[in-house]
Amino acid sequence: MRHLLSAGDLDLASALSILDGAEEMQQVQSRPVKKLPALRGRTVVNIFFEDSTRTRTSFEIAGKWLSADTINVSAKGSSVSKGESLRDTMLTLDAMGVDAFVIRHPSSGAAQQVAGWVKAKVINAGDGQHEHPTQALLDAYSMRHHFRSLGSAQASGAGTEFQGKKIAIIGDLLHSRVVRSNVLLQRTLGGEVVLVAPPTLLPTGVETWGCPVTSDFDAALADADIVMMLRVQRERMAGGFFPSEREYAEGYGLTEARLAAMKPGAAICHPGPMNRGVEISSAAADAANSLVLDQVAGGVAVRMSVLYHLLGSDEGARQ
Amino acid sequence: MADPAPDTPTSSLSVRVVVDGAELGRSLARMAHQILEANRGAEDLMLLGIPTRGVYLARRLAGLIAGIEGRPVRIGELDITMYRDDLRANPTRSVGRTAIPGRIDDAVVVLVDDVLFSGRTIAAAIDALRDLGRPRAVRLAVLVDRGHRELPIAADHVGRTIQTAADERVQVRLSELDGEDTVTIGRTGGTR
Repeated sequence: MRHLLSAGDLDLASALSILDGAEEMQQVQSRPVKKLPALRGRTVVNIFFEDSTRTRTSFEIAGKWLSADTINVSAKGSSVSKGESLRDTMLTLDAMGVDAFVIRHPSSGAAQQVAGWVKAKVINAGDGQHEHPTQALLDAYSMRHHFRSLGSAQASGAGTEFQGKKIAIIGDLLHSRVVRSNVLLQRTLGGEVVLVAPPTLLPTGVETWGCPVTSDFDAALADADIVMMLRVQRERMAGGFFPSEREYAEGYGLTEARLAAMKPGAAICHPGPMNRGVEISSAAADAANSLVLDQVAGGVAVRMSVLYHLLGSDEGARQ
Repeated sequence: MADPAPDTPTSSLSVRVVVDGAELGRSLARMAHQILEANRGAEDLMLLGIPTRGVYLARRLAGLIAGIEGRPVRIGELDITMYRDDLRANPTRSVGRTAIPGRIDDAVVVLVDDVLFSGRTIAAAIDALRDLGRPRAVRLAVLVDRGHRELPIAADHVGRTIQTAADERVQVRLSELDGEDTVTIGRTGGTR
């Protein structure tokens, strides 16, 4: 694998190889020595032009547990604030002999562009409203665990756990990079994604994504196996996308009543950070069938697996 | 570690069977006795198979030991993919399963593999064990020792010692995976 820019880059075999690898990586978390030697001598730079706690930290831990040297660069306090262009910043760091960049940037397509400039491998950790492939992978990882725990697993490794499963994604689809990556990844894994949002929060061209779109949450909830709530960014309120938080919660929040109406065996996902009382009620966030904390725990393992798949072999590495 | 997807031995005339099913069974039975003798019983024993075929051999040895001692012995799997010294030189390998049955500290670990060749797999396995804890002792049981060591590694329990040329390929086939129990030697231009 040269880069991980889009969840759509992954074919079924590589997606499953990453998910299977993450199962083994997760064992490291419970070991006395949390270290595997696979990426010894590799240098991974996490460069974040946008705030992030969990993604940046989990990539940093993932790299360190695989014995890579991980360095964090945040846009604040770097030459970026002195007006250096993205291209110059990346080329400068690349010239230091970095093996991989993990990049988050507010502009859609930034990771793709950087990949065209540098010799290092590039992992997209979120580009604007475009994509966040490792989030989709860890969502899939958590869902797979959940499906397996229900005993619905078929031949292990066949990837068929997702076949026929209905995954409802609810919320601010317009500003979400998580949704696009999930749609692309589930297209490969076989899950059936249903998109739920008020009409004002639908991205343009959503009809070409190949999944049903509705504004009726309750109808979609009735047969969803996974209910994935997306964060509603409070700053969007000023944009007039919806009238008030209360009204949003009423139509599109996972309220206690909706929690009770979920199908037996269905589970809740949320990429975080959560706005309790807006898109998700506290009862739902802390419910027994909430996968939110599993998602965080799986995040490190999935990112370890991604780093291993990109950097474990010299194939396609910088010359 | 044996080739995970071996071709059929009958596919080439230059492949010959050096150990048949009955001999393989007798070798394993002897190894089970030797392991018990060396350890003075099954106390603290932990058998760890190295994927792929080492895992199946470890299961068979565990079955034999349990039959002799009348009580089960701890058994697990140790994947060494991440510890290989040739990791980078090859395309990305998928990671195998590691399952350690309980505390490794103070256990007498017997590593089980099918073929001992360069010794690099076992060196990687020892590195992997060190990250998992501190066994009281680590021993090595292999079905076939074919020589040509590249590291100072020796097996404690050997099923069969086979003289080979360095470019020959030794393949262990087990009924669980391959439908028969044999050891073959050939020049099939394979990976070993």
